[in-house]
Amino acid sequence: MTTITAKRQTAPGTRQQSHVLADSVTMLRRNLLHMLRYPGLSVFTIVGPVVLLLFFVFVFGGTLGAGLPGADPAGGREAYVAYVMPGILLLTIAGSAGGIATTVSMDMTEGITARFRTMAISRAAVLAGHVLGNTIQAIIAVVLVLGVGLLIGFRPTAGFIEWISAAGLIVLIAYAISWLGVAMGMQAKSAETASNLPLVLTFLPFLSSGFVPTESMPEWLQWFAQYQPFTPFIEAIRGLLLGTPLGWSPVLAIGWCVVIVVAGYAWSMAIYERKSVR
Amino acid sequence: MNTPAIEVRGLRKSYGTKAVLDDVDLTVGAGTVTALLGPNGAGKTTTVHILSTLVRPDGGTALVNGRDVVRDPDGVRAAIGLTGQFSAVDKLLTGEENLMLMARLRHLGAKRSKNRAAELLEQFDLVEAARKPLATYSGGMQRRLDLAMTLVSAPSVIFLDEPTTGLDPRSRHTMWDIVRSLVADGTTVLLTTQYLDEADELADRIAVLDGGRLVAEGTPDELKRLVPGGHIRLRFADAARLDAASRLLGESARDDAGLSLTVPSDGGVGALRTVLDRLDTANLEVDDLSIHTPDLDDVFFALTGRVETKGTES
Repeated sequence: MTTITAKRQTAPGTRQQSHVLADSVTMLRRNLLHMLRYPGLSVFTIVGPVVLLLFFVFVFGGTLGAGLPGADPAGGREAYVAYVMPGILLLTIAGSAGGIATTVSMDMTEGITARFRTMAISRAAVLAGHVLGNTIQAIIAVVLVLGVGLLIGFRPTAGFIEWISAAGLIVLIAYAISWLGVAMGMQAKSAETASNLPLVLTFLPFLSSGFVPTESMPEWLQWFAQYQPFTPFIEAIRGLLLGTPLGWSPVLAIGWCVVIVVAGYAWSMAIYERKSVR
Repeated sequence: MNTPAIEVRGLRKSYGTKAVLDDVDLTVGAGTVTALLGPNGAGKTTTVHILSTLVRPDGGTALVNGRDVVRDPDGVRAAIGLTGQFSAVDKLLTGEENLMLMARLRHLGAKRSKNRAAELLEQFDLVEAARKPLATYSGGMQRRLDLAMTLVSAPSVIFLDEPTTGLDPRSRHTMWDIVRSLVADGTTVLLTTQYLDEADELADRIAVLDGGRLVAEGTPDELKRLVPGGHIRLRFADAARLDAASRLLGESARDDAGLSLTVPSDGGVGALRTVLDRLDTANLEVDDLSIHTPDLDDVFFALTGRVETKGTES
């Protein structure tokens, strides 16, 4: 009797495993179609950071750049474009979390999601489709924002290896933040409030070394800025693109990514299970 | 001979202190249609949600094709299809894309997916709208697409939760035809409805739910026989014959203007024969005869003591 039960429970499990990838790709395809048909949210994730970039460079840039350690007061703006660009890129990724949280929250209330739950699909696949879709969207946004940066005078010194490493790190960070965004969207009670929690993420780049050196902050804030994930993210990207000292930042950045992916995955799956079976 | 497609024993579910299902037993034979009939809040949708693994029961067992909905949900999911009360379609995609999405999730393979989608679009009269966004679909079209999506993998057990609620009469009949053709192909159907005529029209067996309890179960005819109210109506050529028959049959209501007599009856053949035999012996000729069995409205009223489902015919 017990052996029969055991067999029964493993059989569907293995079946599910073999389809996890295929189902995730199917779900990704669905989400990409949504983005193509209704690009409103996607456009917003690109326009937002571009506006901030122009704002920071052309409004604050002259003064902020002149205040950078070792900067020539006359070439403040040029120095500041280089300094702020990694922060803007990370802000672009952080901002995508708000979009995906809203999308996920809306999707969970749709009848189609209830249908998915009555089908023998891996539960992770439904969420993975959202995560992969948002990762792709965030990467496209980063590329476009970087393009604008190049147009207004951002001049990276990276060689081929550095570019590849920076790209890899961007992908990893975007993937990690997407899992967090999905979890936040699952947590939200309604689509209207879904983007509130991810707003915290968009503040983090400002409270890091992204816009001004942390040394210029009051001590308590400095402490926070040094130990939050966006500082190693930004320092690693800055080091790779501009040749500033890397130190431990790449290791810390990858470590943070792993932690965020695991936390975001566990968080969102737990809510998905709880909301699925009442 | 054959294992039932759905077997429910002692099913219980409550939300907070409110019992939604209270000790419900239900058996649905493979290849048959069973209707769960009841007013809003009777527990119909909860039953369907438990059977389709969306909701976990608090007690009792529920098996679909012999698989337990709690212990082997994926085993159940592989065999079932659900078309719920609220349309389970992706409104941002086209009809064809929706069907392709289902086909891919059922792992039909690229070529079979395409063929199956085309087949269903044809069958459900959606070919012209196939490439249009769902925003342009009418209610009936969305419901048809919804059901087509459920049928992509030809599930052996299908749950239809109020399949015709909100549809116009024509779409309703189309939906009925679809259900009938499904059953002709050997599919087991469990449908919920508030419409008594719908249950009468489609179902082999009807289970009446009220306040989370099963109050009656049987074929439509069995249920109708449960309640009094049936009668035989006899019409005669003249007043003399009417008088004679009235005297002969005793307990009956006469309508002098219509020259007719209403005799209470359980609607069975035996009672009818008794009446006809007595008239025959007395040599009384009947001009016209009609039998009125109680309809499900009467049944529902008799079982639950309320009339809230009255007036649902559109």
